[in-house]
Amino acid sequence: MTQIALEQPPVKQIRDATAWARLKVNRDWLGFWFMLPAAAILILFLAYPLGLGVWLSFTDARIGRSGTFVGLENYEWLWGDNVFWLSVFNTLLYTTVASTIKFAVGLYLALLLNENLPFKAILRAVVLIPFIVPTVLSAIAFWWIYDAQFSIVSWSLKHLGLIHENINFLGDVWNARWSVIFANIWRGIPFVAITLLAGLQTVSPSLYEAATIDGASAWQRFRYITYPLLTPIIAVVMTFSVLFTFTDFQLIWVLTRGGPVNATHLMATLSYQRAILSGYLGEGSAIATAMIPFLLAAILISWFGLQRRKWQQGENND
Amino acid sequence: MRDFTRRTLVKGGTAATAVGALTGPALLNWAKAWAQSSPFKPEAGAQLSMLRWKYFVQSEDDAFVKIMEAFTKATGVKVTISRESYEDVQPKASVAANTGAGQDMFWGLYSLPFLFPQKVLDVSDVADYLGKKYGGWVPSAQVYGKGTGGKTWLDIPVCYSGSLMNYRISSMEKAGFKEFPKTTDEFLAYATACKKNGTPGGFALGHAPGDANAWAHWCLWAHGGNLVDKNDKVVINSPETAKALEYSKKLYEQMIPGVLSWNDASNNKAFLAGEIHWTDNGISIYVAAKKDPTKQAIAADMNHAYYPIGPVGKPTEFHLMYPLLAMKYTKYPDACKALMAFMLEADQFNAWLIASQGYLTHTLNAYDKNPVWTMDPKTAPFRDVAKRTLTAGGLGSVGEQAATAISEFVVVDMFASYCAGRTDVKGAMSDAERQAKRIYRS
Repeated sequence: MTQIALEQPPVKQIRDATAWARLKVNRDWLGFWFMLPAAAILILFLAYPLGLGVWLSFTDARIGRSGTFVGLENYEWLWGDNVFWLSVFNTLLYTTVASTIKFAVGLYLALLLNENLPFKAILRAVVLIPFIVPTVLSAIAFWWIYDAQFSIVSWSLKHLGLIHENINFLGDVWNARWSVIFANIWRGIPFVAITLLAGLQTVSPSLYEAATIDGASAWQRFRYITYPLLTPIIAVVMTFSVLFTFTDFQLIWVLTRGGPVNATHLMATLSYQRAILSGYLGEGSAIATAMIPFLLAAILISWFGLQRRKWQQGENND
Repeated sequence: MRDFTRRTLVKGGTAATAVGALTGPALLNWAKAWAQSSPFKPEAGAQLSMLRWKYFVQSEDDAFVKIMEAFTKATGVKVTISRESYEDVQPKASVAANTGAGQDMFWGLYSLPFLFPQKVLDVSDVADYLGKKYGGWVPSAQVYGKGTGGKTWLDIPVCYSGSLMNYRISSMEKAGFKEFPKTTDEFLAYATACKKNGTPGGFALGHAPGDANAWAHWCLWAHGGNLVDKNDKVVINSPETAKALEYSKKLYEQMIPGVLSWNDASNNKAFLAGEIHWTDNGISIYVAAKKDPTKQAIAADMNHAYYPIGPVGKPTEFHLMYPLLAMKYTKYPDACKALMAFMLEADQFNAWLIASQGYLTHTLNAYDKNPVWTMDPKTAPFRDVAKRTLTAGGLGSVGEQAATAISEFVVVDMFASYCAGRTDVKGAMSDAERQAKRIYRS
């Protein structure tokens, strides 16, 4: 009897269900299946190129031939390369100054647009214009504005009798730096302003009403209601803003190509010049890879910031 | 690009026959006869695509398109042309070479094929055929075609674009010169006088691939400086280079402010606006001035001259070479060769040279007789640029290192950083030396 029971066919059938068949219907695996297409896209178009870029930075690959592994040779060379360090300095300066001003002016604009202004809808649309214009087009416009001979700014000031010689916008080291930073700020403000404005709209008016009844001043309303409630958005906006600024390429390329004498070369433009124009894929990749730690730092700061409830909901709400 | 179907093939074939039949032999007889007698026979059903540098003179491109159309009619091979700003041809070609996909042919700058010599089609047979038929290639073109001491032709060195001195005649005379200065010392005196008269000039010192590289190399070579010697050993750190730097700074002080930011278009704009009275450029300023009714005075008052000769006592000019290459990955190597040969045959090339109004200079000796060089005496200096130019890399090889040094602006940045006062002579030379050694390491 026992032997017969053990050899019953149904038991055998259950064993026939393959691991694959079970995986297909297993609820625990369902999530995995749904994530698979997205993961495939991310791996194919993000992780793989990134991994390849990092790998190339350890080789002496040139355009047209795959290189051999050279270890840290590219990085050692860059360590002693004045132009590379200059580009790091330029990138940090560019990012810090431009992001700070973009944030300050963007926040101010957002607060302004959040008030009840006449023609509010039109004004909000107008603010977006610099962001809508393709970067290359606005860069070309700035190229004319900054032209050594035909600058509209120089022309106007000359006609007003304020200056006698054209301003050397892009030919002087520091002038060139401030000029490209200004162009970047002009272009980047709408993104910050409009996103912060969206954040402002989510703040419940009743909080302001309550605060007003309690006798809070305008500054106190901003400091204790607007600012804490806006922090998560600020963190996201500024992360993006810093990332965009840090990796900027088009503006610089059109305006100066990294000149004068490499004074406006950013890491991104230097990487392009070395990797594509000069054909040193390995070295260019090393410069691009050297940007990763900076970008990671920017992301981590906001990531940990977002995790903290203090950041999200004000200081006393632990 | 090459995704033709049977239907398009049939259509192409019938179209070619139809055109031939309809317009009769008169229009096409030469091209047809050429197609029949040429040693280069395109593959059946071939189609070609070419990326070329974007024209500076519209009529040149029109003539070019006509040649392509004639080729299609004669051989049935359709040619798709795309155009990019000349410094952008190189990255595209490099990526195509790297990935094995892209246009069949690239027409770019300087020593483009030497960036990826093992990826380009050997076109020695085309070069030999053309050389024999048209009085031989000028020596500089042979270097650009075969490399230094090379045996096989990697490209067809189609033409040069001369970069010569552009100057205003009236301001030159006002500065006390009857003709354009012939030596570097005279040139400095001329520039000084021009500045004093309020008619300054200027050379691009920004990252201007054409104009800046042309004058910076001229200045370096004119004083006996060199990036590398004939064995490609870096020798930039030398007393001769120091002299060139000192000279450039004196010259820079006489230039209009802002040249450090100039790209290739800046001096054209400034010259045509009357802001500058001398610069280095192709013939495009003159062509543009002639075409614009409001600039007739400038066209009449300007002329071209060779670069002044420096202490080395011989011409040290550096002109833009436009080599045409075909990629090894092309499915139709014979069609590529046929097109190369067709472009440079007298019946096409002569008309094309005339249409380019002096912007392009031939590299085959027989074309010295082209009427474009005598129709307007102001184009005459451009006839000789192929014979006067030194090649990329100077004394050294015209290989990929030379191409890299040019695209990295090693020489331009050396001059720019010294002229801008960012470094002293020694610093400028040692920075360039370090960069060059990296490029030329074995």
